[in-house]
Amino acid sequence: MASRRTYRIGTGAGFSSDRLDPAIDLVKRGQLDAIVFECVGERTLAFGHRDRAKDSNRGYNALLEKRLRALLALCYTNGTQLITNMGVANPAAAAKIAHQIGQELGLSGLRIAVVTGDDVSTLIHNDSMLSEPACTVGETGRSVIGANAYLGSDAIISALKEDPHVVITGRVADPSLFLAPIQHNFNWLAEDWSRLGAGTLVGHLMECAAQVTGGYFVDPGYKSVPNLAYVGFPIAEVSSDGSAVITKLVDTGGKVSTQTVKEQMLYEVHNPSAYLTPDVVADFSGVEISNEGDDRVRVAGAKGTTRPSELKVTVAFDGGYLAEAEVSYAGPGSVERASLAADIVRDRIKQVHGLDQPCRTDLIGFNAIHGLESESNTDIRDVRLRAALRCDDQETANALLWEVESLLCCGPAGGGGYRGRIEPSVLTYSTFVDRNLVAPKTEMLIV
Amino acid sequence: MTKIVELRTLAHARAGDKGNRSNVSVFAYDPKDFGLLEAQVTESRLKLHFGHLLQGSIQRFMLPKLYGINLVIDDALGGGVNESLNLDSHGKSWSFLVLSLPVNLDADSNSKSNNPSR
Repeated sequence: MASRRTYRIGTGAGFSSDRLDPAIDLVKRGQLDAIVFECVGERTLAFGHRDRAKDSNRGYNALLEKRLRALLALCYTNGTQLITNMGVANPAAAAKIAHQIGQELGLSGLRIAVVTGDDVSTLIHNDSMLSEPACTVGETGRSVIGANAYLGSDAIISALKEDPHVVITGRVADPSLFLAPIQHNFNWLAEDWSRLGAGTLVGHLMECAAQVTGGYFVDPGYKSVPNLAYVGFPIAEVSSDGSAVITKLVDTGGKVSTQTVKEQMLYEVHNPSAYLTPDVVADFSGVEISNEGDDRVRVAGAKGTTRPSELKVTVAFDGGYLAEAEVSYAGPGSVERASLAADIVRDRIKQVHGLDQPCRTDLIGFNAIHGLESESNTDIRDVRLRAALRCDDQETANALLWEVESLLCCGPAGGGGYRGRIEPSVLTYSTFVDRNLVAPKTEMLIV
Repeated sequence: MTKIVELRTLAHARAGDKGNRSNVSVFAYDPKDFGLLEAQVTESRLKLHFGHLLQGSIQRFMLPKLYGINLVIDDALGGGVNESLNLDSHGKSWSFLVLSLPVNLDADSNSKSNNPSR
Protein backbone atom coordinates (compact mmCIF):
# COMPACT_ATOMS: atom_id res chain seq x y z
CA MET A 1 0.00 0.00 0.00
CA ALA A 2 1.41 3.40 -0.95
CA SER A 3 1.88 5.84 1.89
CA ARG A 4 -0.24 8.95 1.68
CA ARG A 5 -0.27 12.27 3.43
CA THR A 6 -2.92 11.43 5.98
CA TYR A 7 -4.38 8.11 6.98
CA ARG A 8 -8.02 8.12 8.11
CA ILE A 9 -8.90 5.57 10.74
CA GLY A 10 -12.10 5.34 12.74
CA THR A 11 -13.40 3.41 15.73
CA GLY A 12 -16.47 1.21 15.29
CA ALA A 13 -16.62 -0.13 18.84
CA GLY A 14 -14.77 0.70 22.04
CA PHE A 15 -15.96 -2.28 24.05
CA SER A 16 -17.78 -5.56 23.56
CA SER A 17 -21.31 -4.15 23.87
CA ASP A 18 -20.77 -0.83 22.12
CA ARG A 19 -23.40 0.76 19.86
CA LEU A 20 -23.75 -0.13 16.19
CA ASP A 21 -25.48 2.90 14.64
CA PRO A 22 -22.47 5.26 15.07
CA ALA A 23 -20.24 2.64 13.40
CA ILE A 24 -22.54 2.35 10.39
CA ASP A 25 -22.64 6.14 10.06
CA LEU A 26 -18.84 6.30 10.23
CA VAL A 27 -18.35 3.73 7.46
CA LYS A 28 -21.00 5.40 5.27
CA ARG A 29 -19.76 8.96 5.56
CA GLY A 30 -16.27 8.82 7.03
CA GLN A 31 -14.22 8.02 3.90
CA LEU A 32 -12.11 5.82 6.11
CA ASP A 33 -9.07 3.79 5.20
CA ALA A 34 -9.78 1.51 8.15
CA ILE A 35 -12.22 1.04 11.00
CA VAL A 36 -11.33 -0.76 14.21
CA PHE A 37 -13.72 -2.61 16.51
CA GLU A 38 -12.06 -3.10 19.91
CA CYS A 39 -14.19 -5.56 21.85
CA VAL A 40 -11.99 -7.50 24.29
CA GLY A 41 -11.47 -6.93 27.99
CA GLU A 42 -9.85 -9.31 30.44
CA ARG A 43 -13.25 -10.44 31.64
CA THR A 44 -14.83 -10.74 28.18
CA LEU A 45 -11.90 -12.93 27.16
CA ALA A 46 -12.37 -15.14 30.22
CA PHE A 47 -16.08 -15.50 29.45
CA GLY A 48 -15.15 -16.23 25.82
CA HIS A 49 -13.03 -19.15 26.98
CA ARG A 50 -15.94 -20.39 29.04
CA ASP A 51 -18.29 -20.20 26.02
CA ARG A 52 -15.75 -22.01 23.85
CA ALA A 53 -15.33 -24.80 26.42
CA LYS A 54 -19.09 -25.42 26.22
CA ASP A 55 -19.23 -25.23 22.40
CA SER A 56 -16.10 -25.28 20.24
CA ASN A 57 -17.83 -23.07 17.65
CA ARG A 58 -18.41 -20.23 20.14
CA GLY A 59 -16.18 -17.96 22.19
CA TYR A 60 -16.28 -14.90 19.91
CA ASN A 61 -18.05 -11.55 20.44
CA ALA A 62 -21.81 -11.89 20.86
CA LEU A 63 -22.45 -8.97 18.47
CA LEU A 64 -20.08 -10.24 15.76
CA GLU A 65 -22.78 -11.43 13.39
CA LYS A 66 -24.97 -8.37 13.85
CA ARG A 67 -22.01 -6.05 13.26
CA LEU A 68 -20.70 -7.91 10.20
CA ARG A 69 -24.14 -8.17 8.59
CA ALA A 70 -24.53 -4.41 8.92
CA LEU A 71 -21.01 -3.49 7.82
CA LEU A 72 -19.24 -6.05 5.62
CA ALA A 73 -20.78 -4.91 2.33
CA LEU A 74 -20.40 -1.22 3.21
CA CYS A 75 -16.73 -1.65 4.12
CA TYR A 76 -16.09 -3.73 0.99
CA THR A 77 -17.72 -1.15 -1.30
CA ASN A 78 -16.11 1.87 0.37
CA GLY A 79 -12.61 0.38 0.53
CA THR A 80 -12.49 0.54 4.31
CA GLN A 81 -10.46 -2.19 5.98
CA LEU A 82 -12.25 -3.69 9.00
CA ILE A 83 -9.90 -4.68 11.83
CA THR A 84 -11.24 -6.27 14.98
CA ASN A 85 -10.45 -8.44 17.97
CA MET A 86 -14.04 -9.75 17.96
CA GLY A 87 -12.55 -13.24 17.62
CA VAL A 88 -12.03 -13.01 21.42
CA ALA A 89 -11.26 -16.59 22.54
CA ASN A 90 -12.00 -18.17 19.15
CA PRO A 91 -10.81 -16.08 16.17
CA ALA A 92 -10.97 -19.03 13.78
CA ALA A 93 -14.67 -19.59 14.50
CA ALA A 94 -15.32 -15.85 14.13
CA ALA A 95 -13.58 -15.87 10.73
CA LYS A 96 -15.78 -18.75 9.58
CA ILE A 97 -18.83 -16.68 10.49
CA ALA A 98 -17.41 -13.71 8.55
CA HIS A 99 -16.79 -15.97 5.56
CA GLN A 100 -20.33 -17.30 5.70
CA ILE A 101 -21.84 -13.81 5.93
CA GLY A 102 -19.60 -12.66 3.05
CA GLN A 103 -20.97 -15.51 0.93
CA GLU A 104 -24.56 -14.72 1.84
CA LEU A 105 -24.01 -11.09 0.88
CA GLY A 106 -22.38 -12.10 -2.42
CA LEU A 107 -19.07 -10.36 -1.63
CA SER A 108 -17.04 -12.41 -4.06
CA GLY A 109 -13.31 -12.02 -3.49
CA LEU A 110 -13.69 -10.84 0.13
CA ARG A 111 -10.47 -11.63 1.96
CA ILE A 112 -10.64 -12.39 5.68
CA ALA A 113 -7.37 -12.71 7.59
CA VAL A 114 -7.37 -14.51 10.95
CA VAL A 115 -4.58 -13.82 13.41
CA THR A 116 -4.00 -16.51 16.03
CA GLY A 117 -1.20 -17.44 18.38
CA ASP A 118 -2.30 -15.36 21.38
CA ASP A 119 -3.62 -18.47 23.14
CA VAL A 120 -0.64 -19.53 25.26
CA SER A 121 -2.39 -21.94 27.59
CA THR A 122 0.22 -24.59 26.74
CA LEU A 123 2.91 -22.29 28.20
CA ILE A 124 1.11 -21.96 31.55
CA HIS A 125 1.56 -24.70 34.15
CA ASN A 126 0.78 -25.17 37.82
CA ASP A 127 4.24 -23.92 38.76
CA SER A 128 4.09 -20.82 36.48
CA MET A 129 4.67 -17.70 38.56
CA LEU A 130 2.05 -14.94 38.45
CA SER A 131 3.11 -11.32 38.80
CA GLU A 132 -0.02 -10.17 40.63
CA PRO A 133 -0.68 -11.82 43.05
CA ALA A 134 2.88 -13.08 43.53
CA CYS A 135 2.16 -16.79 43.69
CA THR A 136 2.11 -19.74 41.32
CA VAL A 137 -0.88 -20.74 39.23
CA GLY A 138 -1.30 -23.86 41.37
CA GLU A 139 -1.23 -21.87 44.61
CA THR A 140 -4.37 -19.95 43.61
CA GLY A 141 -6.25 -23.21 44.18
CA ARG A 142 -8.45 -22.45 41.20
CA SER A 143 -8.80 -23.99 37.76
CA VAL A 144 -7.37 -22.13 34.75
CA ILE A 145 -9.94 -21.41 32.04
CA GLY A 146 -7.59 -19.73 29.56
CA ALA A 147 -4.30 -17.87 29.07
CA ASN A 148 -3.64 -15.30 26.36
CA ALA A 149 -0.64 -13.18 25.46
CA TYR A 150 -1.15 -9.63 24.28
CA LEU A 151 -0.01 -9.72 20.65
CA GLY A 152 1.34 -6.51 19.11
CA SER A 153 1.15 -4.63 15.83
CA ASP A 154 3.68 -7.00 14.20
CA ALA A 155 1.15 -9.83 14.31
CA ILE A 156 -1.46 -7.72 12.51
CA ILE A 157 1.02 -6.28 10.00
CA SER A 158 1.87 -9.82 8.86
CA ALA A 159 -1.82 -10.17 8.02
CA LEU A 160 -2.08 -6.72 6.40
CA LYS A 161 0.71 -7.62 3.97
CA GLU A 162 -1.72 -10.03 2.35
CA ASP A 163 -4.23 -7.25 1.56
CA PRO A 164 -7.23 -8.47 3.53
CA HIS A 165 -10.58 -6.67 3.64
CA VAL A 166 -11.14 -7.94 7.17
CA VAL A 167 -8.69 -8.82 9.94
CA ILE A 168 -9.99 -10.85 12.89
CA THR A 169 -7.87 -11.39 15.97
CA GLY A 170 -8.15 -12.63 19.53
CA ARG A 171 -6.15 -10.90 22.26
CA VAL A 172 -4.09 -8.03 20.85
CA ALA A 173 -3.05 -4.97 22.84
CA ASP A 174 -5.81 -2.43 22.20
CA PRO A 175 -3.64 0.38 20.74
CA SER A 176 -1.88 -2.14 18.47
CA LEU A 177 -5.15 -2.66 16.56
CA PHE A 178 -4.78 0.95 15.40
CA LEU A 179 -1.01 1.23 15.30
CA ALA A 180 -0.68 -1.74 12.91
CA PRO A 181 -2.57 -0.28 9.93
CA ILE A 182 -1.04 3.18 10.52
CA GLN A 183 2.49 1.75 10.72
CA HIS A 184 1.85 -0.42 7.65
CA ASN A 185 0.46 2.50 5.63
CA PHE A 186 3.44 4.75 6.32
CA ASN A 187 6.01 1.95 6.20
CA TRP A 188 7.41 2.92 9.60
CA LEU A 189 10.37 0.81 10.60
CA ALA A 190 9.89 -1.75 13.37
CA GLU A 191 12.43 0.12 15.51
CA ASP A 192 11.20 3.66 14.86
CA TRP A 193 10.28 3.90 18.55
CA SER A 194 9.34 7.57 18.42
CA ARG A 195 6.76 7.12 15.66
CA LEU A 196 5.53 3.88 17.21
CA GLY A 197 5.00 5.84 20.44
CA ALA A 198 3.08 8.50 18.52
CA GLY A 199 0.95 5.88 16.75
CA THR A 200 0.32 4.18 20.08
CA LEU A 201 -1.05 7.45 21.46
CA VAL A 202 -3.46 7.63 18.51
CA GLY A 203 -4.54 4.06 19.19
CA HIS A 204 -4.91 4.73 22.89
CA LEU A 205 -7.08 7.81 22.25
CA MET A 206 -9.25 5.92 19.76
CA GLU A 207 -9.62 2.54 21.45
CA CYS A 208 -12.58 3.48 23.66
CA ALA A 209 -14.58 5.02 20.80
CA ALA A 210 -17.00 7.63 22.24
CA GLN A 211 -14.83 8.20 25.30
CA VAL A 212 -12.85 10.71 23.20
CA THR A 213 -15.89 12.30 21.51
CA GLY A 214 -17.91 13.27 24.56
CA GLY A 215 -18.98 9.94 26.05
CA TYR A 216 -18.05 9.21 29.70
CA PHE A 217 -17.58 12.97 30.00
CA VAL A 218 -20.73 15.03 30.55
CA ASP A 219 -21.36 16.54 33.98
CA PRO A 220 -24.40 18.83 33.64
CA GLY A 221 -23.65 22.37 34.72
CA TYR A 222 -19.88 21.83 34.42
CA LYS A 223 -19.04 19.91 31.23
CA SER A 224 -21.51 19.62 28.41
CA VAL A 225 -21.65 18.27 24.87
CA PRO A 226 -24.51 18.61 22.37
CA ASN A 227 -26.82 15.72 21.51
CA LEU A 228 -25.15 13.07 23.67
CA ALA A 229 -27.84 10.51 22.76
CA TYR A 230 -26.37 10.40 19.25
CA VAL A 231 -22.69 10.76 20.13
CA GLY A 232 -20.51 10.15 17.07
CA PHE A 233 -17.55 7.77 17.10
CA PRO A 234 -14.06 9.19 16.47
CA ILE A 235 -11.90 9.55 13.38
CA ALA A 236 -8.13 10.06 13.53
CA GLU A 237 -6.43 11.79 10.61
CA VAL A 238 -2.89 10.56 11.08
CA SER A 239 0.18 12.22 9.52
CA SER A 240 3.36 10.41 8.53
CA ASP A 241 5.19 11.79 11.58
CA GLY A 242 2.61 10.16 13.88
CA SER A 243 0.85 13.34 14.92
CA ALA A 244 -2.90 13.32 14.36
CA VAL A 245 -6.13 15.24 14.41
CA ILE A 246 -8.91 13.60 16.40
CA THR A 247 -12.32 14.48 14.98
CA LYS A 248 -15.78 13.08 14.24
CA LEU A 249 -18.44 13.34 11.55
CA VAL A 250 -20.40 16.57 11.23
CA ASP A 251 -24.01 16.31 12.39
CA THR A 252 -23.24 13.68 15.01
CA GLY A 253 -23.67 14.30 18.74
CA GLY A 254 -20.87 14.76 21.22
CA LYS A 255 -17.78 16.92 21.05
CA VAL A 256 -14.05 16.58 20.47
CA SER A 257 -12.31 19.13 22.66
CA THR A 258 -8.97 19.45 24.40
CA GLN A 259 -10.83 18.37 27.55
CA THR A 260 -12.23 15.15 26.09
CA VAL A 261 -8.84 14.30 24.59
CA LYS A 262 -6.90 15.03 27.80
CA GLU A 263 -9.20 12.84 29.87
CA GLN A 264 -8.88 9.96 27.43
CA MET A 265 -5.12 10.30 27.12
CA LEU A 266 -4.68 9.29 30.76
CA TYR A 267 -7.53 6.76 30.85
CA GLU A 268 -6.15 3.58 32.45
CA VAL A 269 -2.63 4.98 32.15
CA HIS A 270 -0.32 4.90 35.15
CA ASN A 271 3.07 6.47 34.44
CA PRO A 272 2.49 8.76 31.42
CA SER A 273 6.22 8.53 30.59
CA ALA A 274 6.17 4.74 30.33
CA TYR A 275 3.04 3.25 28.82
CA LEU A 276 3.96 -0.35 28.02
CA THR A 277 2.58 -2.15 24.98
CA PRO A 278 4.00 -5.10 23.03
CA ASP A 279 5.18 -2.58 20.40
CA VAL A 280 6.95 0.16 22.34
CA VAL A 281 7.34 1.84 25.71
CA ALA A 282 5.36 4.94 24.85
CA ASP A 283 5.99 8.32 26.43
CA PHE A 284 2.97 10.65 26.61
CA SER A 285 4.57 13.11 29.06
CA GLY A 286 5.44 15.71 26.42
CA VAL A 287 2.24 15.52 24.41
CA GLU A 288 0.72 18.78 23.23
CA ILE A 289 -3.02 18.95 22.67
CA SER A 290 -4.40 21.89 20.73
CA ASN A 291 -7.65 23.02 19.19
CA GLU A 292 -7.72 23.14 15.43
CA GLY A 293 -11.33 24.13 14.81
CA ASP A 294 -14.75 22.72 15.64
CA ASP A 295 -14.42 19.16 16.88
CA ARG A 296 -10.83 18.99 15.65
CA VAL A 297 -8.04 18.50 18.17
CA ARG A 298 -4.42 18.00 17.23
CA VAL A 299 -2.17 15.72 19.29
CA ALA A 300 1.59 15.72 18.81
CA GLY A 301 4.74 15.02 20.74
CA ALA A 302 4.29 11.43 21.91
CA LYS A 303 7.54 9.48 21.86
CA GLY A 304 8.78 6.03 22.67
CA THR A 305 11.66 3.72 23.50
CA THR A 306 12.52 0.07 22.88
CA ARG A 307 9.64 -2.38 23.26
CA PRO A 308 9.56 -4.78 26.26
CA SER A 309 11.22 -8.16 25.73
CA GLU A 310 8.34 -9.97 27.41
CA LEU A 311 4.68 -10.12 26.53
CA LYS A 312 1.99 -9.69 29.14
CA VAL A 313 -0.27 -12.72 29.59
CA THR A 314 -3.68 -12.75 31.21
CA VAL A 315 -4.46 -16.01 32.97
CA ALA A 316 -8.17 -16.47 33.64
CA PHE A 317 -9.46 -18.62 36.48
CA ASP A 318 -12.85 -19.83 37.52
CA GLY A 319 -14.10 -17.35 40.13
CA GLY A 320 -17.19 -19.03 41.52
CA TYR A 321 -20.33 -16.90 41.80
CA LEU A 322 -21.36 -13.38 42.66
CA ALA A 323 -24.77 -13.32 44.38
CA GLU A 324 -26.65 -10.02 44.67
CA ALA A 325 -30.11 -9.34 46.05
CA GLU A 326 -32.02 -6.09 46.54
CA VAL A 327 -35.18 -4.77 48.16
CA SER A 328 -36.46 -1.19 48.45
CA TYR A 329 -37.78 0.86 51.33
CA ALA A 330 -39.57 4.14 50.59
CA GLY A 331 -41.20 7.01 52.46
CA PRO A 332 -40.54 8.31 55.99
CA GLY A 333 -37.97 6.29 57.93
CA SER A 334 -36.78 4.43 54.85
CA VAL A 335 -33.11 4.64 55.87
CA GLU A 336 -33.85 3.26 59.36
CA ARG A 337 -35.98 0.40 58.02
CA ALA A 338 -33.43 -0.52 55.35
CA SER A 339 -30.57 -0.40 57.90
CA LEU A 340 -32.46 -2.80 60.16
CA ALA A 341 -33.07 -5.10 57.18
CA ALA A 342 -29.33 -5.03 56.35
CA ASP A 343 -28.42 -6.01 59.93
CA ILE A 344 -30.89 -8.91 59.76
CA VAL A 345 -29.44 -10.25 56.50
CA ARG A 346 -25.83 -10.17 57.76
CA ASP A 347 -26.82 -11.76 61.06
CA ARG A 348 -28.84 -14.61 59.54
CA ILE A 349 -26.28 -15.39 56.79
CA LYS A 350 -23.85 -16.08 59.61
CA GLN A 351 -26.06 -17.62 62.30
CA VAL A 352 -28.72 -19.49 60.35
CA HIS A 353 -26.68 -20.50 57.29
CA GLY A 354 -23.32 -20.75 59.03
CA LEU A 355 -21.56 -18.84 56.26
CA ASP A 356 -18.45 -16.92 57.12
CA GLN A 357 -17.56 -15.20 53.83
CA PRO A 358 -17.95 -11.42 53.77
CA CYS A 359 -21.55 -10.40 53.11
CA ARG A 360 -21.67 -6.77 52.06
CA THR A 361 -24.79 -4.66 52.53
CA ASP A 362 -25.32 -1.21 51.05
CA LEU A 363 -28.16 1.27 51.11
CA ILE A 364 -28.36 2.43 47.51
CA GLY A 365 -29.17 6.14 47.47
CA PHE A 366 -27.59 6.66 50.88
CA ASN A 367 -24.10 5.18 51.26
CA ALA A 368 -23.63 2.47 48.65
CA ILE A 369 -20.69 3.26 46.45
CA HIS A 370 -18.35 5.78 48.05
CA GLY A 371 -19.16 4.63 51.57
CA LEU A 372 -19.85 8.20 52.66
CA GLU A 373 -23.17 8.84 54.35
CA SER A 374 -25.47 11.78 53.70
CA GLU A 375 -25.54 14.23 56.58
CA SER A 376 -29.30 14.11 56.97
CA ASN A 377 -31.79 11.30 56.42
CA THR A 378 -34.87 13.47 56.34
CA ASP A 379 -34.84 14.33 52.63
CA ILE A 380 -34.28 10.79 51.46
CA ARG A 381 -37.46 9.46 49.82
CA ASP A 382 -36.33 5.91 49.17
CA VAL A 383 -33.35 3.65 49.54
CA ARG A 384 -32.63 0.23 48.19
CA LEU A 385 -30.96 -2.41 50.31
CA ARG A 386 -28.41 -4.40 48.36
CA ALA A 387 -26.66 -7.46 49.76
CA ALA A 388 -23.78 -9.16 47.95
CA LEU A 389 -21.42 -12.04 48.52
CA ARG A 390 -19.01 -14.18 46.51
CA CYS A 391 -18.90 -17.94 46.86
CA ASP A 392 -17.87 -21.12 45.11
CA ASP A 393 -21.16 -22.97 45.20
CA GLN A 394 -24.67 -22.25 43.98
CA GLU A 395 -26.19 -23.30 47.32
CA THR A 396 -24.50 -20.43 49.18
CA ALA A 397 -25.52 -18.00 46.45
CA ASN A 398 -29.12 -19.17 46.79
CA ALA A 399 -28.97 -18.61 50.56
CA LEU A 400 -28.26 -14.91 50.08
CA LEU A 401 -31.16 -14.46 47.68
CA TRP A 402 -33.47 -16.39 50.01
CA GLU A 403 -32.56 -14.25 53.04
CA VAL A 404 -33.24 -11.00 51.20
CA GLU A 405 -36.48 -12.21 49.63
CA SER A 406 -37.78 -13.50 52.97
CA LEU A 407 -37.55 -9.94 54.32
CA LEU A 408 -40.76 -9.24 52.42
CA CYS A 409 -42.83 -10.93 55.13
CA CYS A 410 -40.38 -11.23 58.02
CA GLY A 411 -38.44 -7.97 57.79
CA PRO A 412 -39.22 -4.31 58.55
CA ALA A 413 -42.42 -2.68 57.31
CA GLY A 414 -42.96 -1.74 53.68
CA GLY A 415 -40.17 -3.62 51.92
CA GLY A 416 -40.87 -4.12 48.20
CA GLY A 417 -39.38 -4.61 44.77
CA TYR A 418 -37.22 -7.65 45.50
CA ARG A 419 -34.76 -8.73 42.77
CA GLY A 420 -31.97 -11.27 43.04
CA ARG A 421 -29.37 -12.63 40.66
CA ILE A 422 -26.49 -15.07 40.63
CA GLU A 423 -23.71 -14.58 38.11
CA PRO A 424 -20.76 -16.84 37.35
CA SER A 425 -17.54 -15.01 38.11
CA VAL A 426 -13.95 -15.12 36.84
CA LEU A 427 -10.58 -14.08 38.21
CA THR A 428 -7.91 -12.67 35.90
CA TYR A 429 -4.26 -12.50 36.91
CA SER A 430 -1.20 -11.42 34.94
CA THR A 431 2.12 -12.96 34.13
CA PHE A 432 4.80 -12.41 31.48
CA VAL A 433 6.36 -14.67 28.87
CA ASP A 434 9.40 -14.30 26.61
CA ARG A 435 8.06 -12.91 23.32
CA ASN A 436 10.13 -15.47 21.40
CA LEU A 437 7.92 -18.23 22.79
CA VAL A 438 4.82 -16.67 21.23
CA ALA A 439 4.34 -17.30 17.51
CA PRO A 440 1.48 -15.38 15.87
CA LYS A 441 0.04 -16.89 12.70
CA THR A 442 -2.13 -15.59 9.87
CA GLU A 443 -4.58 -17.60 7.83
CA MET A 444 -6.59 -16.23 4.89
CA LEU A 445 -10.17 -17.14 4.02
CA ILE A 446 -11.41 -15.95 0.62
CA VAL A 447 -15.07 -15.76 -0.38
CA MET B 1 -12.69 34.21 55.70
CA THR B 2 -11.55 31.04 53.97
CA LYS B 3 -13.60 29.85 51.06
CA ILE B 4 -13.95 26.07 50.76
CA VAL B 5 -15.39 24.59 47.59
CA GLU B 6 -15.52 21.16 46.04
CA LEU B 7 -12.68 20.38 43.64
CA ARG B 8 -15.40 19.85 41.00
CA THR B 9 -15.75 23.61 40.59
CA LEU B 10 -12.10 23.91 39.48
CA ALA B 11 -11.28 20.65 37.77
CA HIS B 12 -12.58 17.75 35.72
CA ALA B 13 -11.54 14.14 36.12
CA ARG B 14 -11.75 10.62 34.69
CA ALA B 15 -11.22 7.31 36.44
CA GLY B 16 -9.88 4.02 35.07
CA ASP B 17 -9.03 0.66 36.62
CA LYS B 18 -6.38 -2.01 36.28
CA GLY B 19 -6.64 -4.83 38.77
CA ASN B 20 -6.90 -3.39 42.27
CA ARG B 21 -5.32 -0.09 41.19
CA SER B 22 -7.35 2.95 40.21
CA ASN B 23 -6.09 5.92 38.26
CA VAL B 24 -7.88 9.24 38.39
CA SER B 25 -6.69 12.03 36.13
CA VAL B 26 -7.54 15.53 37.31
CA PHE B 27 -7.29 18.59 35.03
CA ALA B 28 -7.72 22.25 35.97
CA TYR B 29 -10.36 24.00 33.88
CA ASP B 30 -8.33 27.19 34.21
CA PRO B 31 -4.53 26.94 33.97
CA LYS B 32 -4.35 29.46 36.84
CA ASP B 33 -5.73 26.83 39.21
CA PHE B 34 -3.06 24.23 38.47
CA GLY B 35 -0.93 25.48 41.37
CA LEU B 36 -3.84 25.01 43.76
CA LEU B 37 -4.34 21.47 42.48
CA GLU B 38 -0.66 20.74 42.95
CA ALA B 39 -0.78 22.05 46.51
CA GLN B 40 -4.07 20.53 47.64
CA VAL B 41 -4.80 17.38 45.63
CA THR B 42 -2.19 15.48 47.58
CA GLU B 43 -1.84 11.95 48.89
CA SER B 44 -2.29 13.05 52.48
CA ARG B 45 -5.42 15.11 51.81
CA LEU B 46 -6.99 12.38 49.67
CA LYS B 47 -6.22 9.77 52.34
CA LEU B 48 -7.63 12.04 55.04
CA HIS B 49 -10.99 12.36 53.28
CA PHE B 50 -11.30 9.08 51.39
CA GLY B 51 -8.86 6.71 53.10
CA HIS B 52 -11.63 4.19 53.75
CA LEU B 53 -11.75 3.55 49.98
CA LEU B 54 -8.32 4.63 48.76
CA GLN B 55 -6.42 2.27 51.01
CA GLY B 56 -2.98 2.01 49.40
CA SER B 57 -0.33 4.53 48.51
CA ILE B 58 -1.06 7.27 45.99
CA GLN B 59 1.48 8.20 43.34
CA ARG B 60 1.13 11.53 41.54
CA PHE B 61 2.34 12.12 37.99
CA MET B 62 2.33 15.80 37.07
CA LEU B 63 1.47 16.96 33.53
CA PRO B 64 2.21 20.68 33.62
CA LYS B 65 1.67 21.13 29.87
CA LEU B 66 -1.88 19.87 30.25
CA TYR B 67 -2.47 21.38 33.73
CA GLY B 68 -3.21 17.90 34.95
CA ILE B 69 -2.28 15.38 37.62
CA ASN B 70 -2.53 11.63 37.22
CA LEU B 71 -3.28 9.94 40.53
CA VAL B 72 -2.39 6.25 40.67
CA ILE B 73 -3.95 4.70 43.74
CA ASP B 74 -3.06 1.23 45.04
CA ASP B 75 -5.58 -0.98 46.87
CA ALA B 76 -8.39 1.29 45.81
CA LEU B 77 -10.90 -1.15 44.35
CA GLY B 78 -11.71 -3.73 47.01
CA GLY B 79 -9.63 -6.34 45.20
CA GLY B 80 -10.52 -5.19 41.67
CA VAL B 81 -13.44 -5.75 39.35
CA ASN B 82 -13.47 -9.54 39.74
CA GLU B 83 -13.28 -9.60 43.53
CA SER B 84 -14.91 -6.42 44.78
CA LEU B 85 -18.34 -6.47 46.41
CA ASN B 86 -18.82 -2.77 45.63
CA LEU B 87 -21.67 -1.99 43.22
CA ASP B 88 -19.22 0.10 41.19
CA SER B 89 -16.62 -2.66 40.99
CA HIS B 90 -14.53 -0.79 38.40
CA GLY B 91 -14.46 2.37 40.49
CA LYS B 92 -15.77 4.32 37.48
CA SER B 93 -17.14 6.91 39.91
CA TRP B 94 -13.86 7.40 41.77
CA SER B 95 -13.42 10.48 39.54
CA PHE B 96 -16.36 12.08 41.31
CA LEU B 97 -15.14 10.89 44.69
CA VAL B 98 -11.91 12.83 44.06
CA LEU B 99 -13.89 15.80 42.68
CA SER B 100 -15.77 16.00 45.99
CA LEU B 101 -12.49 16.82 47.77
CA PRO B 102 -12.82 20.14 49.60
CA VAL B 103 -10.27 22.72 48.47
CA ASN B 104 -9.46 26.05 50.02
CA LEU B 105 -9.53 28.87 47.47
CA ASP B 106 -7.71 31.24 49.80
CA ALA B 107 -4.85 28.91 50.61
CA ASP B 108 -3.16 29.32 47.25
CA SER B 109 -2.11 32.74 46.05
CA ASN B 110 -1.82 31.58 42.41
CA SER B 111 -5.47 30.83 42.08
CA LYS B 112 -6.71 33.76 44.10
CA SER B 113 -4.72 36.72 42.87
CA ASN B 114 -6.00 36.74 39.30
CA ASN B 115 -9.57 36.06 40.14
CA PRO B 116 -10.74 38.47 42.84
CA SER B 117 -14.41 37.72 42.11
CA ARG B 118 -14.09 34.59 44.21
